[in-house]
Parts: sequence; structure tokens; C-alpha cells
Amino acid sequence: MRGNTVLRNSATKIVIYAVCIFLALLSIFPFWVMFMNATRGTFEIQQHAVTVVPSSHLMDNLRILLGKSFNPLTGFINSLIISCGVTLCTVYFSSLTAYGLVAYSWKLRQPFFTFIMAVLMLPAQVSIIGFYQFMYRIHLTNTFWPLILPAIASPAVVFFMRQYLLGALSLDIVDSARIDGAGEFHTFNRIVLPIMEPALATQAIFSFVFSWNNLFVPLILLTDNKKYTMPIMVSLLRGDIYRTEYGAVYLGLALTVLPLFVFYFLLSRYIISGVALGALKE
Amino acid sequence: MQRKSVSYSKYGYIFSLPFVAAFAVFAAWPLIYTVIIGFTDLRGIGKVAFHFLANPFDNFKTIIENPSFQKSLYTTALIWIMNFIPQIVLGFLLAAWFTNRRLNIKGQGAYKILIYMPNIITAASIAILFNVLFGYPMGPVNDILQSLGLTSGPENFTLMKWNARSVVAFIQFWMWYGNTMIVLIAGILGINPSLFESAEIDGASSVQTFFRITLPSVRTILLFTLVTSLIGGMQMFDIPKLYLLGGPDQATQTAAVFIYNQAFSGSYLYNRAAAASMILFIIIAILSSIVFYILRDKDAIRLNKQRKALIKNAKLRARLAEEGASI
Repeated sequence: MRGNTVLRNSATKIVIYAVCIFLALLSIFPFWVMFMNATRGTFEIQQHAVTVVPSSHLMDNLRILLGKSFNPLTGFINSLIISCGVTLCTVYFSSLTAYGLVAYSWKLRQPFFTFIMAVLMLPAQVSIIGFYQFMYRIHLTNTFWPLILPAIASPAVVFFMRQYLLGALSLDIVDSARIDGAGEFHTFNRIVLPIMEPALATQAIFSFVFSWNNLFVPLILLTDNKKYTMPIMVSLLRGDIYRTEYGAVYLGLALTVLPLFVFYFLLSRYIISGVALGALKE
Repeated sequence: MQRKSVSYSKYGYIFSLPFVAAFAVFAAWPLIYTVIIGFTDLRGIGKVAFHFLANPFDNFKTIIENPSFQKSLYTTALIWIMNFIPQIVLGFLLAAWFTNRRLNIKGQGAYKILIYMPNIITAASIAILFNVLFGYPMGPVNDILQSLGLTSGPENFTLMKWNARSVVAFIQFWMWYGNTMIVLIAGILGINPSLFESAEIDGASSVQTFFRITLPSVRTILLFTLVTSLIGGMQMFDIPKLYLLGGPDQATQTAAVFIYNQAFSGSYLYNRAAAASMILFIIIAILSSIVFYILRDKDAIRLNKQRKALIKNAKLRARLAEEGASI
């Protein structure tokens, strides 16, 4: 009887481990093929598209890739500027708003919080036509401002920061800072922000990645190829000019994925726990 | 110098001001402007001036009657369902395994990191990567299928409608089930362990425990996952746009791709695109309210009603007693 249960238990475990290993491989496999084929010539790829070992055509592929409109360095720098701007705006102003909601009692505090909850899930893409026309009128298309400044109002991050502050901030600290003669902004910048560091780090990672990967809005607003972001550069690989250059396309993709791989494997622990934390704050 | 107490309430307004200003300029006004454009004749590259239509709902009528738009709504719903059902089932299954202390799965950290990974990679890159993976005649998928002897010759997957939709749904699933899994694990770990202990003492099976304790306890998280996935899914753009450019024969043209094509690729029909966006917005709002309504916490609402009834009753009695006293 007991032996039977043990046997069934270990059979279940074998199935579970097999499924987990299969899923892990499923996550890696497409990227593996991508990195391997980035080093192989188009002829080799057409002979056999899947291989375990890299080849020697990396530099040829790079030459073909850069000989056309694809410019990974420009894309990288533009995306970096936009994503850093978005990250700073998101975490600083969301914390400021959350602190305003937690630390002060003002007449419109509750209605304002209700408003934030109401717009928390507002689908952003449906107002793109008005957004584009408005930016076109005030001559902000082909600039980075309309991609960075909207981050000042991030309802979901304000909500997260508020929940965090409610648990982490003791108003006694704020009061004692006041007695010491500190101004309100000084208190926020020097005392409250350091307390919020773990929440800031989590939200910074996610707003950076979200902005880095965004295709829809930049694709509409940026038409000058010197202003292209990384995802727009990637979308060029789908064009006719690379139709038969498989090696170059794989290399282009690899170059856009590589920075994210490094970022992810350095920070994966924080990212995974950040996702879990986000779930519990709801 | 009389300064007993300083009122700090003005700082509440000052600290909220940047948010309110940015929201008004970059979210509220564009939304209102989109609604306005929906009622005008605004079209053509580089145009900003517009006139209101004599028949204000003309654009809406044209869009609703447009077979491509109808098809795009159907496609969006279909692809979302094809991605969400396996996503939530697998997410739950893995979450149940990883949190089961009797099973005690080793190497969870590594599995979580690998399974979540696709979520962090640019969707645009993934769409194009899958486009070359499913390439014809000699993409990696064709290569594997032939090596395993599953197909005799190369298949041109990009011409098959159902294959195209399935691949888009698969990519969406593959990018998001890790996220759902981690969220559900957090939810399950947040359940009071004594609930599981007493279930074990009462001799409940794992299936019973799952349906009677785990599932009801993570209802809020489930609701949140469902609504965010729904709202995101209805706006799906990057993958259908770049995997097969909405094709073949519009089989992967989602509503967002349709709107983009109306306004920004060739035809510049800003007014029609605005009308289509508003219709999509209304659909998203209705669907989210339905989900909230179905998954609302019925017990909490009942308790709340009972509490209110009790208070009302008590008040009534107090008033009656008062009136009785006055007589």
C-alpha cells in the first residue's frame, strides 16, 4: 500500500520534471536557433536551418546587415535615451503623487484616488489618433518628448507606490523632519525616496523594459530614420530588402535581443520577485 | 509671530499637480480629440483642419458595416481566446506543482527564470524571429518536421490561415504564461497555510483542495489577470503586425492592426480610424464590466447587504422608540 503511493508519487514527479524541462527548452530553443544562425551563411541556413554549433559567417552577415538601412547603434542609443527618460519620470513623479496621497490630508484626496483607480486600466492605444494629431499640430512628431513626458502620469505605478508607502512610511519621521526645519520637497527627496528604494527599483525595471519594447507609439510618431528606436529598427528586418538574407536577419534579431538577455539574466531575481510583488499589491 | 499650526494640505495639491497636468495633456485630451475626430472629415496626409460631418455618425456607420473591421474584431477575439485558455490552465498547473510541499520540486528558481524569459524580450523581435522560424521552404520548423519524418516535403505555413492564427496565439501564450504562473504562485503562497493543513487533516484529496481552497482564495488575482489580459489582448498589435503583416487574407489582422492600417499606411483615414478606436474602446469597457460582474465577490456583497440591512433596522427601531417616547 505504502510502496504503491511512493511509486505513484515518483511517477508523478517524473512527469512534472519532464514537463518543466520541456517548457524550459521551449523558452530557449528559438533564441538558440537565432544565435547560431546569426553566425551562419544564408546558404548554410538553407541547407539545414537547425544546428547545435556556430559557424564562421558572423562578419559577412554583419556587413550585409549594416550595408542596408539597419543601424543597431542608433536604435540602441535612441531607445536608451527614451527608456531612461521614461523610467525617471515614472518613478519620480509616481512616488511624488503617491506621497501626496498618503502624507497629506486634503479635501480632494479621496476623489483623486478614486479617479486614479478608475483610469488604472484605461486602454492607451484607443486614443492614438487624437494623440498623433495633437502632437502633429504642436510639432512634436519626430521628437522624443511625446514618448517620455506621458510617463509622468502612470496610474498603475502611483497605485503600487501608494500601497507600498502605506506599509513602509511612518508619519513620525516626516514630523520630526519638519521640526528640524526641513521643507516638504526636501523631506520627500531626502527622507521618503530612500525609504521607497525597493519599490523604486522594481518599478524602474518594469517601466524601462516596457518603454524599451514599445513599438506602437514610436512607429506612429517617429518617421525620421535618425530617430528610430530599437523595435522600429527590428521591424525593418521584415522588409523586402532582407528577403533572402537569412543570416543577416538572424544577426539583426540577435543584436536586438542580446542587450535584453544581459539585462534579464543580471536582474532576473529582482524581476521575478517584482512580478510576484505586483500581484500581491492588487 | 503667532504660528500654532501650519496647514500642509496644500502640498497634497502641489505634489499631485504634475500627474494631473500630464494626464490632462497626454491622456485625457487625446481621448477627447479622438472622439471629436470620429465625427469629422479629417483625412489625408499632413492634414490637421477638419469639418464636422452633416451626418455625425457617418464614420461609425461606415466602420461598423466594413467587413474587414468585423473580421478584425472576430480575429482579435479568436486569437485572444486561443492564447488565454492554455495560458491560464498551464499557469495554474505549474503554480499548483511549484507550491505543493509534498511534491517539493527542485530547481524551481531556474525553471521560473527560463519560463518567464520570453516576456521580457521585445515582441517585435519575437514576431520576426517566428516569421523566419516558420520560413519556407527551409525554415527551422520545416527542417525539424522533415528530419522527424512528420512531413514529406516543405510546408508553406505562411499561406495557411489557421496555422497563421495559431502561431500568433502561440507566441502570445508563450510570452505570457510565465507571467501568469508567477502571479498565481504569489497568490497561492499568500493563502493562510492553516487552511491547507486542516484540509489535509480532514483527508481532502489534492483535487478537492485545489477546487475548494486554492481557487476561491485566488479569485481576486484571477480577476486581475483576466482583465489585464483581456484589455491587452484586445489591443494586440506588435505580433500580428510583424509576423505576417496581418495576412494571409486578413487572417491575423487584429483590430489594432486594422486601425493602424486605416490611419497610417497609405489611406490616412484618420476619421474612420478614430471611429473604429472608439468602437473598440466601448467593446473593451463592456467586456471588462462583464468580467468584473461575473467574478465579483458574491459573499462579500451579501455580507455587506446584511450589514446595511442591520444598520437600517437598528436606525428604524431607534427612531420608532424615539417617536414612541415623544408620544
